[in-house]
Amino acid sequence: MTTATETHEDAQEHGMSDAGYIKIAIILALITALEVSTYYVDFGPLFMPSLLIMMVVKFVMVVSYFMHLKFDSKIFSFLFYTGLGLALFVYIAALATFKFFIA
Amino acid sequence: MADIATHDTGHAADHGHHSSTGLSNNKLAMWLFLGSECLLFGGLISTYMLYRGRVQNGPHPSQIYDIPFTSVSSFVLLMSSLTMVLAVSSAHRKDDSKTNLWLTITALLGATFVGGQVYEFTTFYREGLGFTTSLFGSSFYSLTGFHGVHVSVGVIMLLSLMGIIKKNKITGDKAEVVELIGLYWHFVDVVWIIIFTLVYLIPS
Repeated sequence: MTTATETHEDAQEHGMSDAGYIKIAIILALITALEVSTYYVDFGPLFMPSLLIMMVVKFVMVVSYFMHLKFDSKIFSFLFYTGLGLALFVYIAALATFKFFIA
Repeated sequence: MADIATHDTGHAADHGHHSSTGLSNNKLAMWLFLGSECLLFGGLISTYMLYRGRVQNGPHPSQIYDIPFTSVSSFVLLMSSLTMVLAVSSAHRKDDSKTNLWLTITALLGATFVGGQVYEFTTFYREGLGFTTSLFGSSFYSLTGFHGVHVSVGVIMLLSLMGIIKKNKITGDKAEVVELIGLYWHFVDVVWIIIFTLVYLIPS
């Protein structure tokens, strides 16, 4: 009983239970399978947007649940997302300078 | 009163050094490091995006990429994130044997991924894509090579961590040390999530 209570308290303190992590991993595996299917099945105009959306969903799920950002202090989220945002801004600007987005 | 003082000191020592925010300095440093790593990989990914169509000599990306093989590698790395988070969870429960078991499986999955990357590089080289063959080749090997080095460093960190846990040489909070290495490992995984989509699945 004590062990079950400790496990429950531990899950509450540190984010999720082991079963929760396994569920997240199953969802991630399914999204990966869907991503790979775009190589074999023609998604038409949805090909690029669907791949980018699936990539972002997987990224956010790993960072939020496996890296505990969802449950941890907002300062950690600030540090990480500031770096990520800065990288996106700098490199999108750099790619635009090289006319990457002009077909 | 004396009991409370002793308990507080023990608790502080158990959770390592904390900043004025009440957060662990080690964790703050790790997140800051990972934020800066975004800039490193952002540079490598954008360079690849810019040069992937620049193939003067040698094979074109679509001629050499083996999507089924890379998909399996991606799945292996993704599952290593699950085993890593289970190791962190076991460490928080102070279950050393399960922590070591999950760390061992994570290290094995990481080594499998690196092995797959070595195989892929060897195959590409035999098919005529060297580091200096084309701008595509240089940017591809730089990006995936840097990522591979990060995974290899992660495997070394996992093996070292298993060693110091077995010898009981961690002086501070053991769970926090496992969590810090876990953060690095998951970061390497999220970088691969981006590389897999932008480099392999979206054609130039």
